[in-house]
Amino acid sequence: MSDTDRELRVSKIRNGTVIDHLAAGQALNVLALLGIDGSGGESVSVGMNVPSDKLAKKDIVKVEDRELSQSEVDVLAVIAPEATINIVREYDVVEKKRIDRPESVDGVLSCPNRNCITNDDEPIRTRFAVLDDALRCDYCGEIVREEEVATHLDVA
Amino acid sequence: MRQDHLISATQLSRPDIEAVLDRAAEIDADPSALQGRHDGAILGLCFFEPSTRTRMSFDTAMKRLGGRTIDMGSVESSSVKKGETLADTMRVLEGYADALVLRHPSEGSAKMATEFVDVPLVNAGDGAGQHPTQTLLDLYTMRQNAGLDDVTVGIMGDLKYGRTVHSLAAALTNFDTRQHFISPESLRLPRGVRYDLHESGAQVREHTALEEVLSELDILYVTRIQRERFPDENEYLKVAGEYQISAEDLEAAKDSLTVMHPLPRVDEIAPDVDQTEHATYFEQAHNGVPVRMALLDMLLSTEGDR
Repeated sequence: MSDTDRELRVSKIRNGTVIDHLAAGQALNVLALLGIDGSGGESVSVGMNVPSDKLAKKDIVKVEDRELSQSEVDVLAVIAPEATINIVREYDVVEKKRIDRPESVDGVLSCPNRNCITNDDEPIRTRFAVLDDALRCDYCGEIVREEEVATHLDVA
Repeated sequence: MRQDHLISATQLSRPDIEAVLDRAAEIDADPSALQGRHDGAILGLCFFEPSTRTRMSFDTAMKRLGGRTIDMGSVESSSVKKGETLADTMRVLEGYADALVLRHPSEGSAKMATEFVDVPLVNAGDGAGQHPTQTLLDLYTMRQNAGLDDVTVGIMGDLKYGRTVHSLAAALTNFDTRQHFISPESLRLPRGVRYDLHESGAQVREHTALEEVLSELDILYVTRIQRERFPDENEYLKVAGEYQISAEDLEAAKDSLTVMHPLPRVDEIAPDVDQTEHATYFEQAHNGVPVRMALLDMLLSTEGDR
């Protein structure tokens, strides 16, 4: 059975974005990082631990009727640098987006330093600079290693 | 200095530091030289945490420059008590003053405040973050007593939460200094400070006992280990006791050792050290005025005056 057949089981989408080749266990983190929680009304399909030639087991996420922008895609570099992102229109892949490491990640992570001003009730968004293998809070300088990022996703 | 705000010692280059220290030395040599230079200018003192030395030396420095200060008073008597955000408070106060000095208990508060004000803002301590003006006066004191190049500096005490330590360690990377960090295991330098030191090419040499390096040191910078950093009293007493120095302890040091402390001290430096040639901490505190005068003069001067 080919990889494509397996993806079909997760259900093919007509229009939207397919985020494939995620490391197993990252699907929900990716949705959290993108702020996709279903409240926007979009159909979201999630495949977890799907057999894959490339990764042995992978996760896959399909979001219907929403095309991720380049800046949204770049945020994924922090937790899923190997992911592939395909934009689908009328069942065809019309664009393959490459993940570029962003310079900063804004508004999606909370600072793990409880004494950071971003955790006070101030009118600011969090902002983290992207380092080689970590993120750094622009305000307090706290460093968050990439393996710790998922636990600090700021999803309400 | 090209920046209009002073938020972190990491933003200071060697020329920036030397410009402030040289200016401070001129002021020290002739305290009346800048009298009336900033007539009519107003400095806003915004202290959300208690302070004696920093608040009063900024106050004195501004008045010696011919300017005046306005003080928001204690947090208890201000609208902060009513739940106003720091962002709003700073936006209002910038309309009252030509420059602002901020001390606040949260890390990153000064950085955030710069996003809401256009007048020059000086970080006078943000939680366990940074305290760059303390560092400038520390460097001034070091330069006068031991020099800033080819010196070995030991920094001891609470390295994790000590904002004076974080600023000083960063600033010293601009000079040819060897830095040794002496602290209990639980109060070692935090990740962010460590990262910056590493990035600047500095070697981080860490010790748990002062004896390991005391005889090599030209400067020993002592900081207070705070009781509230420890879960129980016994643990605190045990640890703090190991990082106290007396005149007898210093017999093993170089005769020329300079002992510094940002103050206030509690019992980490015994009073008998005050009588030795090593003691430099009161001189250090006095240097707060000329150094802050130099800094304020530079921040308040327009491009053409610089």
